[in-house]
Amino acid sequence: MADDKSKHDAEHAEGHGKREPSYLVAQRGLKSWLFTIDHKRLGLMYLGSTLLFFFVGGVAAILFRTELLTPAGDFIPWLLSHLPTALGGTGGDVEAAVAQSATTYNKLFTVHGAVMVFLVIIPAVPGSLGNFLLPLMLGAKDVAFPRLNLLSFWVYTLGACFFLYTLFAGGLDTGWTFYTPYSSTTGTAVVSALFGAFILGFSSILTGLNFMVTIHKMRAPGMTWNRMPLFCWSIYATAVIQVLATPVLAITLLLLVVERTLNIGIFDPAMGGDPVLFQHFFWFYSHPAVYIMILPGFGIISELVAVHSRKHIFGYKAIALSSVAIAIISFIVWGHHMFVSGQSELAAIVFSFLTFAVAVPTAIKVFSWVATLYKGSIQFNTPMLYALMFLFTFSIGGLTGVFLGTLSVDVHLHDTYFVVAHFHYVMMGGTIIAFIGGLHHWWPKMTGRTYSVWQSKWAALLVFIGFNMTFFNQFVLGQQGMPRRYYTYVPQFQQQHMMSTIGSYILFLGLLWIAIYLLASLRRSAAPKEPLPDNTWGGASLEWSTQTPPIEHNFHGQPRVDTDPYNFPQIDRTGEVDHH
Amino acid sequence: MILSMLMEPEQAAQAAADATKAAEAATEAAKAAPPWETLSPWDTLPQASTFAEGTDALYLFIVGISVFFFLLVMAVQAYFMWKYRRLSEDQKTSSITHNGKIEFLWSAIPAVLLVVIFVWGEVDFLKQTVPPNDAVQVRVTGRQWFWTIEYPDYPGVQLTSSVDESQVTLMVPKGQPVQLTMTSEDVLHSFYIPAFRIKRDVVPGRYTTLWFEATQVGEFNLYCAEYCGDQHSAMIGKVKVLEPELFAAALADAGKLEQEPSESLAAFGERIYSRRGCNACHSLDGSPKTGPTWKGLWQKNETTDKGAVLVDDNYIKESILEPNAQIVNGFTGVKMPSYKGQLDDKHITALIEFMKTLK
Ligand code: HEC
Ligand SMILES: [Cu+2]
Ligand SMILES: [Cu+2]
Repeated sequence: MADDKSKHDAEHAEGHGKREPSYLVAQRGLKSWLFTIDHKRLGLMYLGSTLLFFFVGGVAAILFRTELLTPAGDFIPWLLSHLPTALGGTGGDVEAAVAQSATTYNKLFTVHGAVMVFLVIIPAVPGSLGNFLLPLMLGAKDVAFPRLNLLSFWVYTLGACFFLYTLFAGGLDTGWTFYTPYSSTTGTAVVSALFGAFILGFSSILTGLNFMVTIHKMRAPGMTWNRMPLFCWSIYATAVIQVLATPVLAITLLLLVVERTLNIGIFDPAMGGDPVLFQHFFWFYSHPAVYIMILPGFGIISELVAVHSRKHIFGYKAIALSSVAIAIISFIVWGHHMFVSGQSELAAIVFSFLTFAVAVPTAIKVFSWVATLYKGSIQFNTPMLYALMFLFTFSIGGLTGVFLGTLSVDVHLHDTYFVVAHFHYVMMGGTIIAFIGGLHHWWPKMTGRTYSVWQSKWAALLVFIGFNMTFFNQFVLGQQGMPRRYYTYVPQFQQQHMMSTIGSYILFLGLLWIAIYLLASLRRSAAPKEPLPDNTWGGASLEWSTQTPPIEHNFHGQPRVDTDPYNFPQIDRTGEVDHH
Repeated sequence: MILSMLMEPEQAAQAAADATKAAEAATEAAKAAPPWETLSPWDTLPQASTFAEGTDALYLFIVGISVFFFLLVMAVQAYFMWKYRRLSEDQKTSSITHNGKIEFLWSAIPAVLLVVIFVWGEVDFLKQTVPPNDAVQVRVTGRQWFWTIEYPDYPGVQLTSSVDESQVTLMVPKGQPVQLTMTSEDVLHSFYIPAFRIKRDVVPGRYTTLWFEATQVGEFNLYCAEYCGDQHSAMIGKVKVLEPELFAAALADAGKLEQEPSESLAAFGERIYSRRGCNACHSLDGSPKTGPTWKGLWQKNETTDKGAVLVDDNYIKESILEPNAQIVNGFTGVKMPSYKGQLDDKHITALIEFMKTLK
């Protein structure tokens, strides 16, 4: 054992001596990026595209939040009548603008939801950070199937093109849930959107498969399952869901395409189909998908909390296994989206019970993260600020889920703003906050650049304030009876809607600021004089042991592992008797 | 006898006026309340059914538990953040990696609380699924984008919500169970009355049911909660709860659609247009909705699937009573419901007179 360690150290030192060109410059030219099979470059390309779509989805949200400043429909008609026809407006025709305004609102919230779910949150963490980090953390040269990885990316791009086509072909107004029979009858571009989501599903499946095999087969010598960073565990649990659940979505969407194009009744009662069947199929995928979205976020938080407090993560096994438990249980709770849909009472009761079962492993994680802080050495670096913010927002998201899992209370809250607030606290306050935190944590490793510390901290504050201002209100709105997806609303709700909209502006500014200083750090003139240190934060997992940014093949020689990734040198080992 | 017949509508009118006043007072109160008060739960939302208190009690119970645990976790986190902040680079950290006892406790305690919440919610939910036998029966039909309400025990009474104004859509007696049997003619809708804490999807091709017992006289908001297209947010209405002794008369009054003595035939036609929900599908300004506009319809040369036709009295009558006999080109998607047995000759004449005014 001691032998391994010294060997590893020796290789390490050697690596420092002769700096090799990083993966960013190892090959040059556009082609070397577009057809790269390097997981790190693919990670960066996913990062770029998901952030671009995050912006698109965000702009849509800002537009409809502006509309909701007042109870009546006024901003969208104004906007439409001032836009030239080439941009989808009516070029001064006020009457036509008014006639199209409700549909436009519906298209905006659909674009926001569909883009954020299918193009941003599902692929964001696995695609960018997952791709970049997984082989590095495992001590591997690349993922198991690098070419398949490239294919995943291009399949993702193709799916995204279908979505873009949908936008230009008049948009989509079904909501991201595509509920039938509305989606089988509406005149908007449903088929291309369905194909887009269908294709994106394949990208997701291929990535999941690749990651699963990578984790099984490519771990460095000495890296037992229990010495794997928790981020890898969460990616593993995610991959299992991606591979098992996504095919169901794909088939469901395909059935809907068949119904629309060939007029075969599957979900539309007018043709003898069953609309509730669609909801079962849809949520059979989309509930597990919620965990495709959040589990990688959990993984990030485990890393950030441990590294920035230099403490061994508390309850490693509980955190790792609760990810797997959540992944498994997530397959049998889909009916909690359908308590009032007309499914049987017995089904509703069973689904409610199982839903409560997911709450326990989730609570365990939160407690374990907080316990990790105990007797640590906590430094409030920007990534750590996001991790602490996550504990705040995600706790609210998780706790409000209990309301929705409770049968009688959900009858009142279902399809109101309470649900909107809940899933934004989980998806945005959970996944996106963790993602931004992770981005700040690994940014130096990925790009070899550093961002402005003071700017990043102020921006984090803006995001925190803006986020809570936007969404906390919406719990109240929902519990007061404000239904979701409403273009106009009764005047009683205006105060809270206004507060929400102002919050969304603050949030948007905060996010924009982050984009600006991160992009600024990439300018040629912002390049650091001296290459950055390999280990930015004093992390103990393998990605910190290699050069920053990493070389093309990740490591000089094969790294070996003889301890777990949370064994920081600062940990006080005195008083431990039975360590060896 | 004559007196009592005279009295009833009057009382009904009185009750209606009272209810409007109550509703106004409620909105006034909401307006006057300072913002921090409108943030407190339930203050503008009345508890107007027998389910409301139970649902709210459980809601508040979960709020209590959530707030307690949230504050606890945040307080511990904040304390650790302060106590264990990094003061020096070589600050030592503890080697604790886990603690079976604590981990068991923080799994078991939430689990027990969650079981309590689950059972409580389940018991209340089951109460909502079994309507009593003596419930007042109501039929609800959802269409894009209005509700039609009928009472099997009061033939001929039909109430509709209207896109342009929120008029009384559902009338129910106070203190008596009411059962709704609902279906949709087109896409999914969801029947939602927040003040009663009830909601149920309205599904095409099948019947779903919902029941409640109102406990407060007044007017309450009714919403469509399942996204159903363009005018989803306009698919709203009012539920009016009346004292049981006033219910029958008020219902008969509201259900009847007769020409007022002072009213012209065309004006009566316009009233039918909005009261019977024609406005959900037919515009008056030339813009196409689900159905063709009525602007310039009279004496127009219409092309249908059976050929060209001049729009005259007979064609309009046929269009209303047997809408599928001739279908206007370009409108084959959504079918117009037949109004046979709901509109008589007088109504149709009034509608025609109204159409004539729409040049
Ligand atoms: C659910 C939507 C809907 C409602 C409600 C509705 N209609 Fe229609 N209506 C249509 C459609 C669609 C057509 C065209 C297809 C057809 O001719 O049947 C139509 C056609 C007509 C026509 C023939 C128009 C033409 O251009 O030739 C008349 C007249 C008419 N409706 C009257 C009424 C009246 C009166 C009411 C209210 C009592 C009413 N409609 C309610 C959907 C509706
Ligand atoms: Cu779910
Ligand atoms: Cu609706």
